[in-house]
Amino acid sequence: MNERLPRECELLIVGAGPAGMAAACAAADHGMSVVVIDDNPAPGGQIWRAGPRVDLPLRAQALRERFERLPGLRLCSATRVIDAPAPGRLLVEREHDAGVIDYHRLLLCTGARERLLPFPGWTLPGVTGAGGLQALIKGGLTVRGERIAIAGSGPLLLACAATVRAQRGRLVALAEQSPWQALAGFTIGLWRWPAKLAQAIALANPRYRAASRLIEALGERRLEAVVIESLGERREIACDRLACGFGLVANTELAQLLGCALDERGILVDQHQATSVAGVYAAGECTGPGGSELALVEGRIAGLAAADQYPLAAALSRRRARWQAFAAQLEQHFALDSSRLPPRRATTLVCRCEEVTLGELEAHSDWRRAKLASRCGMGACQGRVCAAATAQLFGWAPPPPRPPLSPARIDSLLLAGMEEVQE
Amino acid sequence: MIRLTLDGEALVLPEGTSVAAALAASGDDHARSDLAGRPRAPFCGMGICQECRVCIDGRRRLACQTLIREGMEVERTR
Amino acid sequence: MIGAGIVGASCAHALALAGLSVRVVDAGLPAATSAGMGHLVSLDGSAAELALCSDSLARWRALAPSLPASGAYHRCGTLWLAENEDDLATADDKRAALAMAGIGSELITPTRLAALEPLLRPGLSGALRVESDAILYAPRVADWLLECVGITLERAQVTALEDQQVRLADGRRLGARVIVLAAGLQAGALLEGLPIEAKKGHLLVTDRYPGRVSHQLVELGYGASAHAGQGTSVAFNLQARPTGQLLIGSTRQFDTLDPRVEPALLARMLERARGYLPALGAINAIRAWTGFRAATPDGLPIIGRHPEREGLWLALGHEGLGVTTAPSTAALIRAGVLGEHPPLDPSPYRFERFRASAPADGQR
Repeated sequence: MNERLPRECELLIVGAGPAGMAAACAAADHGMSVVVIDDNPAPGGQIWRAGPRVDLPLRAQALRERFERLPGLRLCSATRVIDAPAPGRLLVEREHDAGVIDYHRLLLCTGARERLLPFPGWTLPGVTGAGGLQALIKGGLTVRGERIAIAGSGPLLLACAATVRAQRGRLVALAEQSPWQALAGFTIGLWRWPAKLAQAIALANPRYRAASRLIEALGERRLEAVVIESLGERREIACDRLACGFGLVANTELAQLLGCALDERGILVDQHQATSVAGVYAAGECTGPGGSELALVEGRIAGLAAADQYPLAAALSRRRARWQAFAAQLEQHFALDSSRLPPRRATTLVCRCEEVTLGELEAHSDWRRAKLASRCGMGACQGRVCAAATAQLFGWAPPPPRPPLSPARIDSLLLAGMEEVQE
Repeated sequence: MIRLTLDGEALVLPEGTSVAAALAASGDDHARSDLAGRPRAPFCGMGICQECRVCIDGRRRLACQTLIREGMEVERTR
Repeated sequence: MIGAGIVGASCAHALALAGLSVRVVDAGLPAATSAGMGHLVSLDGSAAELALCSDSLARWRALAPSLPASGAYHRCGTLWLAENEDDLATADDKRAALAMAGIGSELITPTRLAALEPLLRPGLSGALRVESDAILYAPRVADWLLECVGITLERAQVTALEDQQVRLADGRRLGARVIVLAAGLQAGALLEGLPIEAKKGHLLVTDRYPGRVSHQLVELGYGASAHAGQGTSVAFNLQARPTGQLLIGSTRQFDTLDPRVEPALLARMLERARGYLPALGAINAIRAWTGFRAATPDGLPIIGRHPEREGLWLALGHEGLGVTTAPSTAALIRAGVLGEHPPLDPSPYRFERFRASAPADGQR
């Protein structure tokens, strides 16, 4: 891990989730020198995150083993992109150092994050994202015997429930905002993807409640209970943890900084997974949430295209179309219904960093004015959480990202000034 | 097993544990305090929300994306 | 009032308090008030600059108790840092100049400086401490000034300045006996011949590190030497926000309107800052951005009646001192509009000074 950072490569891949690993394999198989940088301590992304309490699916293990043995691959874990200081160059930071990496081609596999919507009490310790709780558990958190509530929307809630169950946590609520009809329609539609249907059955949970609404989290200095509305009835449920999430949002910040065009789902790509910027590709959930199978095939296509293997890439387009159809099903059936989102209370914090309430934001007409007046989005997360929330709550367009892409040491930013890097 | 300190208190945890999980293992999972001094704990778990920033061996880092190391000194952010 | 930045808001506020009914029209375009540092600092580049700062700082102090907490007014004082004996001599000259304007300041020994700001690097020669300087959060203060009775705010873009009326982007026309153009750089699109030029600047803000720095820190070369001349320059300037975030500047560039952050120049700016505060290197930055100052050739703002256009008043070209000098700008505009005795000699700020110096040029 303390190896020096690489200086240059033919293909630089940002993100070592399913898309990034599949792409690295495809490109390295065709002789490219590949560097993969990833902000987590180990490859796998969010879905295949490794840890002391994880049994990864065989498919994930196999891909990871192949990935880590690739000739010509340099994997830089626990490494973040903080800026794109010049064309063909990224500035990256690790815990103890920083450096610039020059590339001929760049592939963005930056994934998606959870959409985290504000509700009263969401800043209490004990409240996490659904993916966040999974990550904590995979990182060694013990939940055995703890009372755990899960609420929000999307298949990630079920995956989180399965993780909790496997770790012997006590699931006290599993509240999905989508109605039964939508969920049933989704499940019936799964006959076209038998593996997914099997997965859905395996994840099925007797606590699952559709058309449910998360009302608030209660507690003094820590979470003590959650209030959930189901079938017109509000119930207060005592719990130790609440995991919540309202679908996924593509991580597009680096792409935006590079000038790549977006569409309403994420980074805009063509049939070769190429973005609007020459030499820059994107694959996986940063082009729109769609699950690991779609990410894998998109990653392979992107890796092949980056290695100029267009016929091989084209041969995969039917498989991609199949999983794109699955992604469309997901999006349709888990669409957020504003009447079942948490209630809007003026005192609820929207910006967790700068502590700005919903009431302070409501008076404004757009993100920029709201930000200037209230400092919403000006804290450490730079609006990553609250801008996704205000997009949902008010329809405000999120702000373009500004460097550094995540908090970075001033020492690291000084490296952006290097004209030529000394050996 | 790995030994580290959290605000000066010793902790012994399995290798591969994240600093965020180590906070929880200490019995008090808060990582930082808000402007009024109320506790904030790891939230998104994936390096986005910045709630879990703590001081690790003198540098401000994210607890959720850092694994514990032998002798690591972790301090909550005030 | 065209422009709802700190200058337009201050002028609107002053005129509304005088009993006028004021309509403020603002297009919501990026502006210096939202991009800048929010420092209230006594600069003495010229006697006229110092006179304006001195008068204005007193007005800010008077206003301070009424400001909302979110305005984040904090009288932190400024430490002008001396790197060597020459700087100390400059500091002493500055002390004398400030004293003439009624602003108290004192020379600080290196030992005392280290005690006041322990993170400064050892070996500095001392500093000039100006206790009356302050900081505030200008966008919020501007909004607060506009909440005054007698002011209506219109979010619209003015596309043309006509005789005692303006045309809006939607085709509407608004008439007024008095029109004040306080639109900073945007004013150039509405009025030909304004000698204002964009000077790009970079700023960076850090995560919260409470208690690390308490004063506003500025290198003595700021303005005088570091930002003199016509080339791209950097100078050290830092202030601590009430939350413990550190706001770090500064750069100055001519001949560009590209708003993108330039990583190499940002690095130069940070290198300079780290030279004064070595501990900054390990501190996390969270955002860098740029803004544009509206600068005149002599560095002084243009405040006063337009010499030819009936009913048109100008309050613009404040470069980096718009927040500091907004209240006095407003007082001068108010005195002019109402025909009252001005609070300070208005002649150095008049638009005519540029006409007189270059009569042959006519329009620039």
